[in-house]
Amino acid sequence: MNLQRIQRFSRWWASTQARDLVQRLGFGLVTLVALLTVIPIVGVVGYIVVQGASAISWDFLFSFPYDGMRQGGIWPAIVGTFYLTLGTAIFAVPLGIGAAIYLSEYAPDNRWTRLIRLAIINLAGIPSVVYGLFGLGLFVLFFNFGTSILAGSLTLSIMTLPVIISTAEEALRAVPQSFRVVSISLGGTKWQTIRRIVLPQALPGILTGVILGLERAAGETAPILFTVAAFFLPRLPNSPLDATMALPYHLFVISTQVPGMPIQIQYGTALVLMVFVLSMNLVATTIRSRARARRQW
Amino acid sequence: MDKIVVEGLSVYYSDGTESLKNVSLSIPANAVTVLFGPAGGGKSTLLRVLNRLNDLADVVLMAGRVLLDGQNILDPKFDVITLRRRVGMVFARPVVLPMSIRENLTYGLELAGEHKKQVHDEAVETSLTQAALWDEVKDRLGDPAVALSGGQQQRLCLARSLALKPEVILLDEPTSGLDPISTAKVEASLEELKKQYTIILVPHSIQQAARTADFAAFFLQGELVEYAAGKEIFLTPKDKRTEDYVEGRFG
Repeated sequence: MNLQRIQRFSRWWASTQARDLVQRLGFGLVTLVALLTVIPIVGVVGYIVVQGASAISWDFLFSFPYDGMRQGGIWPAIVGTFYLTLGTAIFAVPLGIGAAIYLSEYAPDNRWTRLIRLAIINLAGIPSVVYGLFGLGLFVLFFNFGTSILAGSLTLSIMTLPVIISTAEEALRAVPQSFRVVSISLGGTKWQTIRRIVLPQALPGILTGVILGLERAAGETAPILFTVAAFFLPRLPNSPLDATMALPYHLFVISTQVPGMPIQIQYGTALVLMVFVLSMNLVATTIRSRARARRQW
Repeated sequence: MDKIVVEGLSVYYSDGTESLKNVSLSIPANAVTVLFGPAGGGKSTLLRVLNRLNDLADVVLMAGRVLLDGQNILDPKFDVITLRRRVGMVFARPVVLPMSIRENLTYGLELAGEHKKQVHDEAVETSLTQAALWDEVKDRLGDPAVALSGGQQQRLCLARSLALKPEVILLDEPTSGLDPISTAKVEASLEELKKQYTIILVPHSIQQAARTADFAAFFLQGELVEYAAGKEIFLTPKDKRTEDYVEGRFG
C-alpha cells in the first residue's frame, strides 16, 4: 500500500510535468526575491516624495531658514553641500586617478604595492565617524584649518579615495594589454601610451567611479560633523576657511535637535538631498551605458 | 649589405620556457629573411629583441650583441624609442587601435611629434598603397578601424608600421588568422616592400616560408640550426634536422 504510493510518487517526480512544475516554482521564487529588493528603494523614495513634495517651493530652495529653522528654506545647506562636493572633487579626483594610474601601469607586483592595496581596501571599510574624528584631529586641530570647508573637503576626500582608486584602477586594467604593446612598438613612451590610449579608453569607467565616490561624500553626515558643519549660519560661506551648513547635517539637526519642527520641512530637505544624490547616480549610469555602446573592444 | 648582425645572442626568460642559445646571423637589406621552425624555437623572441619589445617581458639574461647598421641596439644607451621607429613590427593577431583608420596610421607620427596635415596625408596614402589597402578604404578613412574585416585590419597594421617609414619590418606570423586571399595580398605586398625595406618574417607555415624566403633561418629549441638562401635550405638542406622538418617528419 505504502510502497505503491512511493512508487507512484517517484514515477510522477520523474515525469515532464513534474520537472516543469519545479522549474516554474523555482523561477517564481527568484522573481519574487528580485522584486523584494526593489520594494525598499521604491518605498523609501515614494514615501519621501509623498511627504516632502508639498514643502518644495522656490522659497524653500532659495531662502534662509529662520525662527529656529522652523520656517524658511534650506539655501545655505544646498550651497554648503555643493561646495563640499566640489572641494572633495578637487582633492580626491587627481589624487585618486594618479594613484590608480600608478597601481595599474607602473607599480611592480611586490610586497610594497600589495601593502598599498591592502591599505586601500581597509580604508574603504573604516566607519565614517572615524574619518570625522581623524579629520578633526589632523585638519581642524593639527593643521589649524578650523571647522572649515577646507577641513571638511579633505576629510571627505580621504573617505572617498578608496572608491575612486579602486574603480579607476579597474577601468584602467580593463583596457586591453595589446593596445599598450602596439603603442610602444610604434615608438611611444610609456606616458604617451597612457595619455593617448589607456586613459581615454578608461575615462568613462573612471568618471563613473568618481561620481559614485562624490555621491557618497555628498550624502555623509559623520565626517562633516566635527570638521565643517554648522548648526545654523545666517550667511553663506565666502572662503574655504569658513564653516558652512550642509544638507545631511541640516537634516540630522532639524530631525532630532529642534522641537516643534514641521514635518514637511524635514521630508522636503530629505527629498532635496535624495534628488541631489540620485541625479549624480543617474549621470554616472548614463556615462557608463553610453560608453559601453560606443566601445570598440 | 648586412642591415642587422646578430652576434652570440642568448636570451633566457625567468620562467625558462623560451630562450635563444648563442645565436649568430647576418640579415641582408632589401630581402625577405624568414625565421622558421617549430613552436618554442625562439623565432618570436629574436623578433622581439630586434626592436627591444622584449624590454617589456620578463627577461633575466641577455648576452651578445645585435648590430643595426653597425650600432649595438642592446647597448643601454641606445635610444629605444628611435629604434622602434626604425624597426617596425606587425603582430600575429591584428590589433587596431580604438580610433579611425586614418588616426591609426598617423598615431605613430603624432607620437614622434609630427603634426603637419600634409605629412599625414602623404603618409596615409603611401602606406595604405604599399599595404595594398588604399583602394578599399580611401573613401572611408574616418571610419572606425574595427569596422574593417580581419584581413583588412592586418593590412592596416602593416600600413601603420610603414607610415613611420621604418628601415626594417618585423612580421610575426602576420597571416595566421587570414583567409588565403588576404594572405596572398600580404605576401604580394612583401615582394614589393623588400625593394625598400629589410623584411624579417616569422611565417605561419612552412609553405609560406618556402614561398617568401630569400634567406631562411631554421630554429629548433633556441638554437639556430641552419641559415642559408631560401632555395638552398628548402631544396638541399645540409643539416639532418632541417631536412626532417622541411620534409614534414616532425613539427
